[in-house]
Amino acid sequence: MQISNKPINFSNLYIYFLAFSSGFSIMCIELLAGRILAPFFGSSVHIWGSIITVFMLSLSFGYLLGGKFSTHSASLNRYGAIFIIAGLTLLPIVTSSVWLMESIFLAVEDSRYGSLLASTALFFIPTIVLGMLSPYSVRLLVKNSNESGQVAGKLYFVSTLGSAIGTIITSFYLVMWFDIDTIVLSVSLVLSLLGITTIAVAKMNASLSKTKIQRDVSHA
Amino acid sequence: MLNSVNKFISSICFVLSVFIINNAMAEVVHSERSLYRNIIVEDKGDLRCLKFNVKSSKTRQSCLLKSQPQELVFNYTKQLLTGLLVNPEPKRILIIGLGGGTMSNTLHQLLPESFIDNVEIDESVIKVARQYFGYLENEQIKTYSQDGRVFVKRALLKKQEYDWIILDAFNGDYIPEHLMTQEYLEEIKRLLSLSGILTANTFSSSKLYAYESATYKSVFGDFYQVSNSDSSNRIILARNNGLEQNVDSGKNENVSKLAIDLLAIGVDVKKLYQNMRSTAAHQDWPDDNPILTDQFAPANLLNIDTD
Repeated sequence: MQISNKPINFSNLYIYFLAFSSGFSIMCIELLAGRILAPFFGSSVHIWGSIITVFMLSLSFGYLLGGKFSTHSASLNRYGAIFIIAGLTLLPIVTSSVWLMESIFLAVEDSRYGSLLASTALFFIPTIVLGMLSPYSVRLLVKNSNESGQVAGKLYFVSTLGSAIGTIITSFYLVMWFDIDTIVLSVSLVLSLLGITTIAVAKMNASLSKTKIQRDVSHA
Repeated sequence: MLNSVNKFISSICFVLSVFIINNAMAEVVHSERSLYRNIIVEDKGDLRCLKFNVKSSKTRQSCLLKSQPQELVFNYTKQLLTGLLVNPEPKRILIIGLGGGTMSNTLHQLLPESFIDNVEIDESVIKVARQYFGYLENEQIKTYSQDGRVFVKRALLKKQEYDWIILDAFNGDYIPEHLMTQEYLEEIKRLLSLSGILTANTFSSSKLYAYESATYKSVFGDFYQVSNSDSSNRIILARNNGLEQNVDSGKNENVSKLAIDLLAIGVDVKKLYQNMRSTAAHQDWPDDNPILTDQFAPANLLNIDTD
């Protein structure tokens, strides 16, 4: 039997917090997607159809990939790396969205397929990467199979709560306070910083447990 | 005592009966839920109106008198005609936001030679305009079911030009934010012929007023505003090549013929001139007010706080 450590497990709390942030980021970006596409493809219903399709599709692939990726030597290090990659893949939305949408607008006359193509080009990859984080978090949190359901439940709770809060904060306030580019850049920056922090924490943990083991060994 | 109770009861009965009669007078002829909104066609005696939302008082409607369909019923549609005082003979007209199609019909009647393109995002609105408002389409009058922004971008690619663009896509409840940005107005300006004009039916009662005004000024320079003291609408009238020093008030021969035509549909040209003010002489928003762009366009949020 494993001894449940009654004092709060800060490492787990931190992972839940990260899952919250990824949920927040996904919906913040999805909400902005409508605003980003509107100048070229309008705001007809099918624009939201395109956006939601692409986000759902890439999330589903992300879950699959994240799960697969977590089976080989899962670590906080790699987890942090996913955050950094997610942050980086958001950058093209700021740097190249205009010329990308312009060329798609010229090539595709039907704004349904134009918007589908544009949202794929802009949001498919970052959303896949963001989607990978959920199953990876489960992998890092689950210590035995008994608690796996509860851990998954808590994780869905936290990340979906993050999504809800990301949606409302972005649509009610952020768009009134900041430019779209500023918001996307901030999300990208925050994700990257969280990734770097996670890797730093992993390094610290490693050196800590190393000294602990050494201490244990010397005691023995 | 009994007397006053009687009086009270009878006055209640009177109020009730007025209420019932009034309600009975407004008859919903047609209602449907489109992809974008609820559409209601309502008859009140001779008056037929197209409404987009029953509850809201802010909702704008397109109305006509069934016995005199050519007469313009609402202030803002009359005010839009101020455009003709500045540009009396527009050959190619673009209307963004169809409503009941009354504007298109009226313009066709006034300018039978002109070509009119109507753009409306909602197919159901087009159908209702045809069915209930006698919206006329022919070789010269075309309808495009498309987003107003996308239409303008495509028209630019095809090197089209318009002498008069009428932007009437804001129904008061929801503002398509991408149709109110600096970038969009720049696209519209490029679509105008050299002496072309833009008239836009816009807002005058919320925080949005200053933002919108500043945005128009950033693209067109000074413009005319047309508004009544009583209406919550204002019309922005902007010219592609800037405002002239002074509008000639009806001395021009073209304009006097126009005045007669307009009078026939219930529009008093003198009143239009009176309600027209240049922002060069009178600007009622701060110079440094932020403008709306594709990056920053919280038009609906700004329209919430009325102060």
